[in-house]
Amino acid sequence: MTQPRARMSPRKRKLYVQVAAYAVFVLAVLGLVLFADWGAVGEYFLDLDVAANAFPKIITVALKNTVIYTLSAYVVGFVIGLVVALMRLSSIAVYRAVALVYIEVFRGLPALVVFLIFGFGLPVAFPGLVFPFEQYGTVAVALGLVAAAYMAETFRAGIQAVPKGQMEAARSLGMPYTRAMRSIVVPQALRVVIPPLTNELILLFKDSSLVFVLGVTAFTTELSKFGGDLAATYADSTPLVLAGAMYLVITVPLGYLVRRLEAKQGRAR
Amino acid sequence: MTPAVVISGLHKRFGDLEVLKGIDAEVQPGEVVCVIGPSGSGKSTLLRCVNLLEVPEEGTVVVNGVELTHRDVDIDAARRSVGMVFQQFNLFPHLTVLENLTIAQRTVLGRGKAAADGVARENLERVGLAEREGSYPAKLSGGQQQRVAIARALSMDPQVMLFDEPTSALDPELVGEVLAVMRSLADDGMTMLVVTHEMQFAREVADKVLFMDGGHVVEQGPAAQVVGDPQHERTKLFLSRVLNPNHLE
Ligand SMILES: Nc1ncnc2c1ncn2[C@@H]1O[C@H](COP(=O)(O)OP(=O)(O)OP(=O)(O)O)[C@@H](O)[C@H]1O
Ligand SMILES: [Mg+2]
Repeated sequence: MTQPRARMSPRKRKLYVQVAAYAVFVLAVLGLVLFADWGAVGEYFLDLDVAANAFPKIITVALKNTVIYTLSAYVVGFVIGLVVALMRLSSIAVYRAVALVYIEVFRGLPALVVFLIFGFGLPVAFPGLVFPFEQYGTVAVALGLVAAAYMAETFRAGIQAVPKGQMEAARSLGMPYTRAMRSIVVPQALRVVIPPLTNELILLFKDSSLVFVLGVTAFTTELSKFGGDLAATYADSTPLVLAGAMYLVITVPLGYLVRRLEAKQGRAR
Repeated sequence: MTPAVVISGLHKRFGDLEVLKGIDAEVQPGEVVCVIGPSGSGKSTLLRCVNLLEVPEEGTVVVNGVELTHRDVDIDAARRSVGMVFQQFNLFPHLTVLENLTIAQRTVLGRGKAAADGVARENLERVGLAEREGSYPAKLSGGQQQRVAIARALSMDPQVMLFDEPTSALDPELVGEVLAVMRSLADDGMTMLVVTHEMQFAREVADKVLFMDGGHVVEQGPAAQVVGDPQHERTKLFLSRVLNPNHLE
């Protein structure tokens, strides 16, 4: 981008910004070191006895459930998102309208509200309604519907990034629209959207913590709720620190993966 | 003998812009017809109307006795008899050369793998690329990609082949190999409708040349006549520009 009004050269400006950022960082660290009560920090955030009590359930139950909730919602979101994206690009106006409304609604609603509707609204409105796999099914659908709205927009951008000539070449070979989409356009779009969809997976990992609003048992609990409950029991934040670390164990490598994929695609251009 | 292609009274507009203003043209079986004309005159649009990539507002396109523009016609089925080669090749980058040639055979014509591979290999042979069947398009030169694109269209056994400036996106040294393939197709009796700026090709290979300007066919006739001895002022002007690109009037 050109900035005609900038008086500094871009490089110089960047240098100043970096120096300022480091200064703020150093001040913040100094502040923490000087003003924190390190004894209390050790006791309330890194208490080994409390930490020992969190194992193994923090992994065998909480982490496992977080992974199940996330992945199942991801699969649901992927499928619905792709369908909604194709509807959004359809030549049939009704499909386009439905897709647009879907995206606007589920992208606009906080995931928390969707969970509340699934937890309290739907059971009242449809008394007989039971999701397969109970809690797991409910989460997969509720979180999946939210994820689908974001994924649909990602898929749409990916499909539109495929050159028009690809569809035309496929059609001129006699392929019907749906077949051309399935065999030619979508496979190429998927490659483009892998990095943003991996980002979406990271977001979902964190959003799966909202499952608590549905009410969870000892068997269906997930990382945040598990850590929170344990923290309340011991009046000590160590379990939360552990739960946080578990998220990072998953999300940091995923973030690394995204950067690798993006760099690779950047080179392929 | 029924003509291979009959275009009658064709009109096409994009919004307020009328691009084709009533085109009439015929291609006989086995004939090579070249379409020439200045940029923006509607050559690509005409070609794209012949396989309904663009739908004309008015007029008809009849291929081998079937009116493609009739609203009851199954457009996907109709397109099978018309092969198209694009300026930008438009090979499928995620598929190998062989898969590029077989995917439509298998999904559209319902050919089995062995049959489709057989047809594909025959056509790769025909364009001189038999040994590249396992390559991905990105690994090929532009000329090779365009030859694969021609083989891909041929693999559907079309009765008519459309070419939209097939050599315009190529480096000059790669043009010859593509024109050679097109020449051999013409020699084999393929019916071809070719939009091109290659006047020598038009003169030597075309049975008929159509000069378009401003959405009209201004002049048409045997290649020697239209290119060698044009009657209309606009044709003369266009040809003098194309044949002497450095000449400034
Ligand atoms: N999809 C479209 N939407 C709007 N206008 C279009 C579209 N396709 C073509 N046109 C316009 O129609 C006119 C004719 O285009 P066309 O591509 O048929 O010309 P051409 O003779 O093939 O030119 P060239 O030699 O540059 O390829 C041009 O003015 C072009 O801008
Ligand atoms: Mg053109």
